[in-house]
Amino acid sequence: MKMTYVALKSLFSSPATANYPAEPKTYYPGTRGHIVLEVSTCTLCKICEIRCPTGAIQVDREGKAWSIERMKCIQCGFCVDSCPRKCLSNDPQYTSPASEKITDRLDVPYEPPKRKPKPETPPA
Amino acid sequence: METPQEIVTIASSDLLAKVQEQKDAGHRLVQICATTLEQLELSYSFMGKEGITHLRLLLPRDQPSLPSITDIYFGAFAYENEMHDLFGIDIRDIRVDYKGKFYKISEPAPFNAGCLIPTRKQPS
Amino acid sequence: MSNRTIIPFGPQHPVLPEPIHLDLVVEDERVIEAIPSFGFIHRGLERLVEKKDFQEFTFVAERVCGICSFIHGMGYCQAVERVMGITLPPRADYLRTFWAELSRIHSHLLWMGLVADAFGFENLFMNSWRIRENILDIVEETTGGRVIFGAAKIGGTRRDVTNDKLKEIGRTLKTIEAELHAITDVFEQDYSVQQRLRGIGILSREDAFDLGAVGPTLRGSGEPMDARCEGYAAYRDIEVEPIVESDCDSYARCMVRIREIYQSFDIIRQVLCRMPDGETEIKVKGYPNGEHFARLEQPRGEVLYYVKGNGTKHLDRFRVRTPTFANIPPLLKMLQGCDLPDVPVIVLTIDPCISCAER
Ligand code: SF4
Ligand code: SF4
Repeated sequence: MKMTYVALKSLFSSPATANYPAEPKTYYPGTRGHIVLEVSTCTLCKICEIRCPTGAIQVDREGKAWSIERMKCIQCGFCVDSCPRKCLSNDPQYTSPASEKITDRLDVPYEPPKRKPKPETPPA
Repeated sequence: METPQEIVTIASSDLLAKVQEQKDAGHRLVQICATTLEQLELSYSFMGKEGITHLRLLLPRDQPSLPSITDIYFGAFAYENEMHDLFGIDIRDIRVDYKGKFYKISEPAPFNAGCLIPTRKQPS
Repeated sequence: MSNRTIIPFGPQHPVLPEPIHLDLVVEDERVIEAIPSFGFIHRGLERLVEKKDFQEFTFVAERVCGICSFIHGMGYCQAVERVMGITLPPRADYLRTFWAELSRIHSHLLWMGLVADAFGFENLFMNSWRIRENILDIVEETTGGRVIFGAAKIGGTRRDVTNDKLKEIGRTLKTIEAELHAITDVFEQDYSVQQRLRGIGILSREDAFDLGAVGPTLRGSGEPMDARCEGYAAYRDIEVEPIVESDCDSYARCMVRIREIYQSFDIIRQVLCRMPDGETEIKVKGYPNGEHFARLEQPRGEVLYYVKGNGTKHLDRFRVRTPTFANIPPLLKMLQGCDLPDVPVIVLTIDPCISCAER
């Protein structure tokens, strides 16, 4: 008897599901989707590479590039928490499905500061 | 409030007597676990109204052997088969003995093998 | 001498989405004995603790299970915090309790759907999951993940929720709770549900206790044991009365879970009322050295975490004894003497999560 009520109610109410591809999913602002890097502030310090539990991030100092294996990343956000320059963030949009494992490689324009040449004689 | 816990070190030869004591006191078997250190360290945890008791015993890593407690606590068969498969502890007379087929693993006693990180500092 | 047949059941079975295999010894239609076999998906997560440092391992611990994920992460953190002697800021404790109870509600709703599906009540299944979706939305909004919350970390929580948001969630939960009554009434009163659940899978109180049953399986047999009474996190301020049913059958276990859902709503209400202000995390210095057994209550029952540190960033041992692992021996007892068509329902009433039992 009780179930008749529930069943009739869902018969006359609008569907609980969304008409997905036609109606795009809205994500919450805090959703951990994919990782984005703000290249202009990154200093290639490698902290995110060391911290990442899955080893998805690779920082190439010589080649001046930061790369992420999208399919290896578990969207935990640990790199976001540990980046000292706050240049990583979680975008709410999920990584889109792909038929092969993609690696995104971003060029980082960071110039390491020139080391001051050591003074020949120690200051007295 | 938090249940008090205590760790009682026992000799492996009095295991059955000590477990029988727990059973007579009306305690519940919580878990059995093994840890690979220089020796194998086993903890049998029991819980009663007064608190949790962990019976701690040490076994050599090479060819460890123990009697089964399944005659006292039948529910222990799962833990004992697990210890047999993962740590290579030969547990005698388990009531439901899988003879190493409890977990379908590719190498025998993987948890008893050497440390995964050879450079790691050993506890002193 | 009657005819005995052995019927293999699982690991692939239409109503049992869990990799467990049972050899059912049947005589006519009656099950005489069940011999389980599992280990199809053993992942060796416990050993991974030697490779990942203790902070990273929170993420691994959380992935032990996909349903009670948050409590796994929280339990691991709690054990490490006890070893290191860290006391959390009160707000972190309250937020953790809030998420833990949300995960309990969503796990129980998932279970209600699965059991309805097992006895062929598709409409009830869909409706339970529709309500569960609303809970998942709250989770996603507050933590950023739908199933893997990723919100616990050693020394606190990784996110904070503003007080306004919490108030709004309190109101949403009220409407969800009202909607839920329509579904749980069906479980409580519907004739066909009663026919499928009452009097099957009997587990007496003595057997449940002796075989080491935990959680709703134990409480459905009349034993008042709930690890939340330990008073970890915010349960030290919030009184939790273990929910007990004395019928010892599948229906009793079902009722325990349904009443626990309402209890969780009640706990969340208290948590939201008393939510203290302040920090949500503290800085963690040093490495764990020592050992601790942490005992927590998961939707499926009591879970035990054992952590042993040696003063380096890698732990010596992490062990989790999941509730399903402890509920397997009682399950075998329940299956003795039942009818063959009842097997899937009985297996589901312990709320099995085999993947979580095989870390
Ligand atoms: S993203 Fe952040 S942590 Fe990673 S290399 Fe750049 S500055 Fe360092
Ligand atoms: S989100 Fe986690 S897994 Fe992904 S790159 Fe960052 S640290 Fe690595």
